[in-house]
Amino acid sequence: MTVQQEPLSSAPVSSAADNRRAPGGPRALDMFWRTIAFVLLAIVGGLILFPAVWMLSTALKADTQVYANPPIWIPNPLRWDNFVQAWTQAPFTRYTINTTLYAIAVVIGTILSCSLAAYGFAKLRFPGRDALFTVLLATMMIPGMVTLIPQYILFSRIHWVGTYLPLVVPSYFAGAFFTFLIRQHYLSVPNELSEAARVDGATEFWIWRKVMLPLSKPVIATVAIFTFEGAWESYVGPLLYLNDERLYTLQVGLQFFRTQSQVQWQFLMAASLLVMLPVIVIFFLFQRYFVQGSALNGAVKG
Amino acid sequence: MAGMSTLRRREAINGYLFILPWLLGFLLFTAGPMLFSLYASFTNYDVTTRMRWIGLENYQRLLFDDSLFWTSLGNTGFYALFSVPLSVAVGLLIAVLLNQKVPGQRVFRTIFFLPKVLSGVAVLLLWLWVFNPEFGPINSFLRFIGIQNPPLWFSDPIWAKPALVIMSMWGAAGGFIIYLASLQGIPKDLYEAAMIDGAKPITQFWKITVPMMSPTIFFKLITGVYAALQFWEAALIVSSGGTGGPSYSTLFYGLYMWQKAFGEYQMGYASAMAWILLIIALTVTFIQFIGAKRWVHYEGEASR
Repeated sequence: MTVQQEPLSSAPVSSAADNRRAPGGPRALDMFWRTIAFVLLAIVGGLILFPAVWMLSTALKADTQVYANPPIWIPNPLRWDNFVQAWTQAPFTRYTINTTLYAIAVVIGTILSCSLAAYGFAKLRFPGRDALFTVLLATMMIPGMVTLIPQYILFSRIHWVGTYLPLVVPSYFAGAFFTFLIRQHYLSVPNELSEAARVDGATEFWIWRKVMLPLSKPVIATVAIFTFEGAWESYVGPLLYLNDERLYTLQVGLQFFRTQSQVQWQFLMAASLLVMLPVIVIFFLFQRYFVQGSALNGAVKG
Repeated sequence: MAGMSTLRRREAINGYLFILPWLLGFLLFTAGPMLFSLYASFTNYDVTTRMRWIGLENYQRLLFDDSLFWTSLGNTGFYALFSVPLSVAVGLLIAVLLNQKVPGQRVFRTIFFLPKVLSGVAVLLLWLWVFNPEFGPINSFLRFIGIQNPPLWFSDPIWAKPALVIMSMWGAAGGFIIYLASLQGIPKDLYEAAMIDGAKPITQFWKITVPMMSPTIFFKLITGVYAALQFWEAALIVSSGGTGGPSYSTLFYGLYMWQKAFGEYQMGYASAMAWILLIIALTVTFIQFIGAKRWVHYEGEASR
């Protein structure tokens, strides 16, 4: 059993109290709690993985097995061909190119504009800075729905509906949350670095580009990953603004299998898996940035 | 800027230039639209006909004549009431468990973090299939353990919302990471002192862990309620076409607003809904902050 191989490194802390109550001694009680924790974690972990396994299982089924009752978990034969069929039934290659370009454009815009604004708020002094920063923080409290309707009216007035412009252009105007996140990081960079460069006659833009950006790779990576993921998985925006089928993103395109008279679950699950794949790959490659970003998310408190 | 030295003036100009993208964005995409939306909420704006000032009519209609407004508000309230506290509990539970020295911690962390990463239409469609009344694994299991007529989930007005809450629990699992960071910041000597006094683990949890983590829990409650008040995209996808499910059971506030705005083009009416939502969100947050004084404990704050 793997449970028993674990060294009891926390034993000194718990032994004092355990000695008095546990008949089996401190070791046994510690082991007891750990086993319970392990079993609970395994159960919760299983519940979390369960939909994903069901998805994979369905994606590999023949249509006759999809509706089996009780459900079949390991299809026989495994229909790998479903992935190809799902992909070719709708123009998914086109959707993938659209989504990728859209996500990259948003990532570039967010990083550029947010890191510029963050530098201004973190390192430069100007009248009204703190008041403006308070306004920035306040905008995070505005529900997206309040601006959704007037923004749509604005974009339709200037004839941007039906293009990618409403989805991409706003990201070049520094959203509040990521500006705040990058600013927090910039504040931790010692002022001496930029002062020294300033004495040497460097422009602020040069300092931002050559000192600040290189020093903040981890936070920039975090922002990039979250922004990419956000764009890749966004649905309402593309649904609202893209009315031409050739412009659809993957998320909108996925609905293809449901508009048919009957849902082809095996293809729908296969296509969904393929759509999720880039995010899963990015997650496994850059896990620590995800974790960092989420922890930073919590650090916003207070 | 008159009294400033050349250097400071240059710094100020640079400062404004650097924040210019945000400032423009704020004016163009937030402040401007908000002012327009506030104005529109007092008009009969419907895109096609001329905008006409109608005063408080939209608000009156919403509050006194539109039962679906109250239905959608109730649905959103139900969702917030169940999903937010349960999310906190799930995240906290996972964090506490992972804080024990158990084998396979890294594997567990990866598994629990996955729901945080995976969202979007694909996941929602997956849940639709998992909750499928006839062929989904959940009902197969329920039949297996002897429940003859398991819920129809998204097709059943009573069970559609609980199904969405269950879905949100899955997503909440990824929230453990914040609690874990906060857990690990609790000084160990607090527990040692409690153990010498003979405090049981459960007592320690309620008397040390929860108070020490209260700022994190509070943060998650605030952001959780905010997200829950705006929850509706899942309902748009699950009740295909966003009809609001059987007997309007999944007509959430945002979904109803979406229908009014982009289904019926009643932009003025929907704008009024948006502003009511803003007022509700700010009020709920304000109440939470007041309530927080009773239970949120900040380190360094004088003990009561």
